[in-house]
Amino acid sequence: MNRTRTLCLCLALALGFALSAQAAPKPGGTLVFGRGGDSVGLDPAYETDGNSFMIGDNVFEALVFYKDESVELEPGLAESWTISPDGLTYTFKLRRGVTFHDGTPFNANAVVFSHGRQMKERKVKFFGQGWEIPPQERTPEYWVSMEMDKTVEAIEAVDEYTVVYRLKRVEAPFLANLGMDFADIISPTAFLKNPKEFVRNPVGTGPFRFVKWVKDDQIVLEKNKQYWDKRGGPYLDRVIFRAIPENSVRFLELKTGNIHICQFPNPADIELAKKDPKMKLVSQPGMNIGYLGFNHTKEPWKSNVKLRQAIAHAINRKAIVDNIYQGQGQLARNNIPPTMWGYNEQVPLIEYSVEKAKALLAEAGYPEGKGLEEITLWSMPVARPYNPEGLKVGVAMVADLAKVGIRARVVSYEWGTYLKRQREQPPDMDLFQLGWTGDNGDPDNFLAVLFDGLASSAIRTQWHNERYHELMVRGRQTTDPAQRAEIYKQANLLLYEEMPVIPIAHSTVTWPMLKKVMDFKLHPTASIRMKNVWLEK
Amino acid sequence: MGAFILRRILILFPTLLGVSIIVFLMLHLTPGDPAELLLGERASPEALAELREHLGLNRPLLEQYGLFLKRLLRFDLGETIWTRQKVAIEIRQRFPATIELSVAALLISCTMGVLLGIVSATRQYSLFDYLSMLGALVGVSMPIFWLGLVFMLVFSVNLGWLPISGRLSVGVELEVITNFYLLDALLTNNLEAFRDALWHLILPAVTLSTIPTAIVARMTRSAMLEVLRQDYIKTARAKGLSPFQVIFKHALRNALIPVVTTVGLQFGVLLGGAILTETIFAWPGVGKWMYDAVMQRDYMVIQNGTLLIAGLFVVINLAVDVLYAVINPRISVR
Repeated sequence: MNRTRTLCLCLALALGFALSAQAAPKPGGTLVFGRGGDSVGLDPAYETDGNSFMIGDNVFEALVFYKDESVELEPGLAESWTISPDGLTYTFKLRRGVTFHDGTPFNANAVVFSHGRQMKERKVKFFGQGWEIPPQERTPEYWVSMEMDKTVEAIEAVDEYTVVYRLKRVEAPFLANLGMDFADIISPTAFLKNPKEFVRNPVGTGPFRFVKWVKDDQIVLEKNKQYWDKRGGPYLDRVIFRAIPENSVRFLELKTGNIHICQFPNPADIELAKKDPKMKLVSQPGMNIGYLGFNHTKEPWKSNVKLRQAIAHAINRKAIVDNIYQGQGQLARNNIPPTMWGYNEQVPLIEYSVEKAKALLAEAGYPEGKGLEEITLWSMPVARPYNPEGLKVGVAMVADLAKVGIRARVVSYEWGTYLKRQREQPPDMDLFQLGWTGDNGDPDNFLAVLFDGLASSAIRTQWHNERYHELMVRGRQTTDPAQRAEIYKQANLLLYEEMPVIPIAHSTVTWPMLKKVMDFKLHPTASIRMKNVWLEK
Repeated sequence: MGAFILRRILILFPTLLGVSIIVFLMLHLTPGDPAELLLGERASPEALAELREHLGLNRPLLEQYGLFLKRLLRFDLGETIWTRQKVAIEIRQRFPATIELSVAALLISCTMGVLLGIVSATRQYSLFDYLSMLGALVGVSMPIFWLGLVFMLVFSVNLGWLPISGRLSVGVELEVITNFYLLDALLTNNLEAFRDALWHLILPAVTLSTIPTAIVARMTRSAMLEVLRQDYIKTARAKGLSPFQVIFKHALRNALIPVVTTVGLQFGVLLGGAILTETIFAWPGVGKWMYDAVMQRDYMVIQNGTLLIAGLFVVINLAVDVLYAVINPRISVR
């Protein structure tokens, strides 16, 4: 009896501790976010860079949201949606009682306006009185690169809270696209007041409202007190995004407590942060892939699978991840990150083995590399999210190739030229490094846009494979998620067998922050969400 | 004098035209274009073509240049490629920050440099002379980048005396009128902001001033040494004038001519150094802006920015020439 009582008491105490550890969020305070650069612009339809999107992530909202820590979708400004059996009509029921920061009510017309202004042919219908949509300032880059004009036929507001999208083709990733930044819903009245200035005066429905922007210095947001979702934040009174270009200086600002979160620290500073009692680290595997591609427009790369495999086994990828990514990376097994559905655990990890590489090289018809001229290995001149130092990686790869008898040299160009010439697939390019950061969390956004060369001549790896192409087409036209996942698993296996590119690594994002910053989570899409963040006093 | 100044101002226009042609050609001869950089990995050929069309990059070079000139004559600097903002507005927001920083650095280097130079010259081969000239050598050779970080570590992180970076502390409000923060703080009678802005200015200004201080100090020293050997200095001393009068009234004035030239030229060094200083200290000025523009190939920013800086340089050179006459009436400008 006594023992039971003691046990009960212990349990109650333990529960009490557990509850007090899960402290309730405290409202108030100003959070300063230290970042590497300023935003380019704040109109979600036209931006292409992370520093611009992170403001939009807090000021604007889209019809569908990505869940807190994954790329699964959940209702956002749309409460629910239905897809017609033929997959060509999407009907969204919108949330009621939402207003933009300028007081404009959120409704179906605002959705039609926000997306209609990005269409090339504006087949849109407003409900009741709509607006004249002004001409585009420039091409809405994401709308175009997500092929929305090829997908969307018309957008109609059926009543005040219902929007219907009619599609030209079945496009499974369409829904995921609507969660992206470019698909954010803006206040039409704020936009029409001065279309040229909206890029510097954004008005949305998000948890924070825009206050001011001092160029190259700071952007100030404040709490949206009328925010529609009463279940959580915003808790912070203000969020200030400060641009501090130099990594080490940004870290010093964190160390002295002038900023709360330090984006993109130097790897050495991460070690310092681990030892600092005032700091903690938050990590998230990035939704990206860095790869080594072959020039598939020329021989021997085009048809010699054995040769491609030989090179894959010759490169010590782990050494690259350990030494050049400095631990901020994950060895790649698939060509999509492991956080994404469709990832295939069954695909073997490419083994580093000089013997195996030599054997394959002999089978390929180039024993000890004999018969191969000196090959070029193009390497990026700049740091990218998926590869911190392209040139160093290139040098390491050249050394690895020499061990199996392949002579190679690193070639690099200024970044714009690199991108341009790479797309042209010139004969002086044999191997090239490149990579990708995902947009919408859909595997199609990696596997099709990167490797399905048969789909378009604009695909950067011009690998032509009928079976793969057919898988990609099927993946787009199937709406059942389980079936789609299966298709992409097959595609990942096919990529391993055919080795059109060698997956190297997915980078990991690790940011130090002050311990008093609570509930800040890094999102796989790299969006920065301040909604549920709060400061411990 | 008036005619001289007018002539020099008129020369400004062909100079700027020359600068604009050189910059324009250099930009378009260097590889890489803004459209490709703006769109990055995801660029499709159609999107690139549309963007180039929109930006007018696919027109013949001569036409592009003509358009730029035509706009310039109407005082329209055009719009930036990346931020889609009027270049004139971007300049108005950033230029004051750079001027504030450069002028502060120039003031420091003039006073420090001239004082060090005079004392070294009057006490030639003394311990002070050796130390200050060694300091000058170190000052010239020290990379600004490294020096800035050391200053931050010592004065901000360890001693906690000065802020690390930026122009104003978070939480300090200032009504911005001219974008010269010190001036705005005075205009709005906001002493808290004035103090805060001044505190933020010290470290970057001192960092930026090291090279010019060193150069001015060495120049002053050698000019003074030469003047001090002249007969009229001996005469002045023989007349029984106090050492102070001899040095400041007779020697310094004559020694100043080469120093003023140096100081004028240092302004260019300052603007160049401003790129690094602004980057380290997160100082939102023209230097950092131009640097980013070069990396992003924002042609409009680079073209107009270089014109602005070249124009400034010409005006400062003019000011230096006029100063010659003021310092030494024997020189007459014609």
